[in-house]
Amino acid sequence: MTTGAAPASFVSDAALKRLQKRKAADQRLKYYGLGAIGIALLLLATLVTSLIITGHTAFLQTHVTYPVYLDPAKIDAQDPSKGNYRSIVRDSFTALFPEVTAVREKRALTDILTSAAPYILRDEVVDDPELIGQTIDFTVPVSDPFDQFMKGNIKRETPEDDRRVSDQEIAWVDQLVAEGRLSKPFNIGLLTNADSRFPEMAGLAGAITGSFFALLVCFLISFPTGIAAAVYLEEFAPKNKFTDLIEVNINNLAAVPSVVFGLLGLAVFLGTFGLPRSAPLVGGMTLALMTLPTIIITTRASLKAVPPSIREAALGIGASKHQVMMHHVVPLAMPGILTGTIIGLAQALGETAPLLLIGMNAFITSPPGGILDPSTALPTQIFIWADSPERGFVSRTSAAILVLLGFLVAMNAIAIYLRRRFERRW
Amino acid sequence: MKTAQNTAQAESQTATNGATMTPAETASPQVTEMHPIKMTARKVDVFYGTKQALFGVDLEIRDNAVTALIGPSGCGKSTFLRCLNRMNDVIDNCRVEGEIRLGDTNIYGANIDPVLLRARVGMVFQKPNPFPKSIYENIAYGPRIHGMAERRAEMDEIVETSLRKAALWDEVKDRLQEPGTGLSGGQQQRLCIARAIAVNPEVILMDEPCSALDPIATARVEELIDELRENYTIVIVTHSMQQAARVSQRTAFFHLGNLVEEDETDQIFTNPRDKRTQDYITGRFG
Repeated sequence: MTTGAAPASFVSDAALKRLQKRKAADQRLKYYGLGAIGIALLLLATLVTSLIITGHTAFLQTHVTYPVYLDPAKIDAQDPSKGNYRSIVRDSFTALFPEVTAVREKRALTDILTSAAPYILRDEVVDDPELIGQTIDFTVPVSDPFDQFMKGNIKRETPEDDRRVSDQEIAWVDQLVAEGRLSKPFNIGLLTNADSRFPEMAGLAGAITGSFFALLVCFLISFPTGIAAAVYLEEFAPKNKFTDLIEVNINNLAAVPSVVFGLLGLAVFLGTFGLPRSAPLVGGMTLALMTLPTIIITTRASLKAVPPSIREAALGIGASKHQVMMHHVVPLAMPGILTGTIIGLAQALGETAPLLLIGMNAFITSPPGGILDPSTALPTQIFIWADSPERGFVSRTSAAILVLLGFLVAMNAIAIYLRRRFERRW
Repeated sequence: MKTAQNTAQAESQTATNGATMTPAETASPQVTEMHPIKMTARKVDVFYGTKQALFGVDLEIRDNAVTALIGPSGCGKSTFLRCLNRMNDVIDNCRVEGEIRLGDTNIYGANIDPVLLRARVGMVFQKPNPFPKSIYENIAYGPRIHGMAERRAEMDEIVETSLRKAALWDEVKDRLQEPGTGLSGGQQQRLCIARAIAVNPEVILMDEPCSALDPIATARVEELIDELRENYTIVIVTHSMQQAARVSQRTAFFHLGNLVEEDETDQIFTNPRDKRTQDYITGRFG
């Protein structure tokens, strides 16, 4: 047969063989993809499941409810914040166990209650001084070892020497259970309390507020700056070496490790400007540096996606460049800009390293009242808790990660919603 | 009109057969009187970077007439059209040399604001490009940015007049608040014409306004162009020679960046002087 003259045959052996090979290659490619997706999903599922397994117990908290007599002799009626609440809490609680008389045993008994119990009682009385002289049903979290025991993390079968709770203490707990004094409601304190040394009292309120303030600052700085920079680069900048350099550097900025931004924040915002340490203001400013490139890049892409016909239409009836941008192009690009911004903010929300460097990992027991108050943020709070030895912080760390993931998922969902809702077809 | 044609023919026969000629020479006296010159281009060269797109174009645009620019793709007719309202300014590395006058003003003069120029020389584009806003807003946008209406009632009036002039009012008067992008292609293009009219321009430039429309919509738009001629000067770029013949009074033929021939439309289509024009209109190239 002469070269290349014959038309390709559909049925020759060689053709069928090639066909088989091609089909097999197609299939392989498909399965590689499926395999990769499967592995990714598996890893994600493993992560979330392990977080839920360790973290779910932190969403419940064991509380004990018992009658407390608010002895007027022990409380200053003029100023209810002064009073011997420690002894009130202790005496009322030990009264439940009349057989316990030794001082040492009484102290061990009181350890069942959280160490913060006197303060909780004080706050309740300060809120309502009428209570003085009455006997109230007082509900407080139990301290961490007993919480863990109730949740099954400390097992009865473990030899006494190896567990944090003694047989005697277990007997007391059993008595409380028998009297129906223990309950395990949803741990609202996890979201409403600030950080604490006692795991049973520690919550995320400070971290959530701190993260909110930091993101607010970050948004207020990076959103207008990012849009302005993108509009300039996209619409006004001449094409020359200098603008090329700026462009390359913005893209590089997006790839700079976040810890570097933290060092910059430390040196410039804290060192040179003397802004307060641990403040959400500084955190937000540092995060804004990281979010800026993301916003600039996505804004430019959204501006590019607005069809030139819209610009021409506006120019053609005598709109100035500024009017074309502000009346038409930017509003039309806004869904894309917002999507990019939210994704940038979501990244910033999860960023830890720069916040560690500017001191937002301090131990702070009240939520910040403003952007200048010292505060933690969600990721740094996770960092602090992960470092704490108490058993209760293990599950709380996982729970905090779940809360953080919840915020991230919510933000991404908003981004997707915006994109779907305002997407335009031309 | 018969006389005008005859005169034009007679004159063209006496004209020299040079490739470039000033239009004033060829225009019949009647046409010159009926349609004074609105815009004049003199020795217009356009460069994109180092590439020259137009070579010394001399052309006069007459008032209250439709001037059609025809020629094969890439011949520079759209480039020339966009010189007339300085839309080329927004293209990087585009340079225009020569002089274009609107009335007595050189529109490339130092003190001319292209933004104001574009209010006087409006433009309709190839693809209908209404703003993704309501029909009302599409029309009202131009007058608003030029401060043409102070009160809502004045704006309503401008919107109605513009839509009436664009022969669209009856079709959309009950749904002015609906998006302009929801109209059919032909309606969208008439909306764009109404939008151009709303700022009360003297000249309307149309860049292949019917190329994205079906034949029926095309017929409506052509009818409209003919009506608009009464009040406006119209320059239209078209690929369809039938369209040029139907709607225009004067036709200019461009080829490879040169203005080959410009004359009465009837003249161009029945008795072109240049061989290239003849080849083009008889379909031998392009």
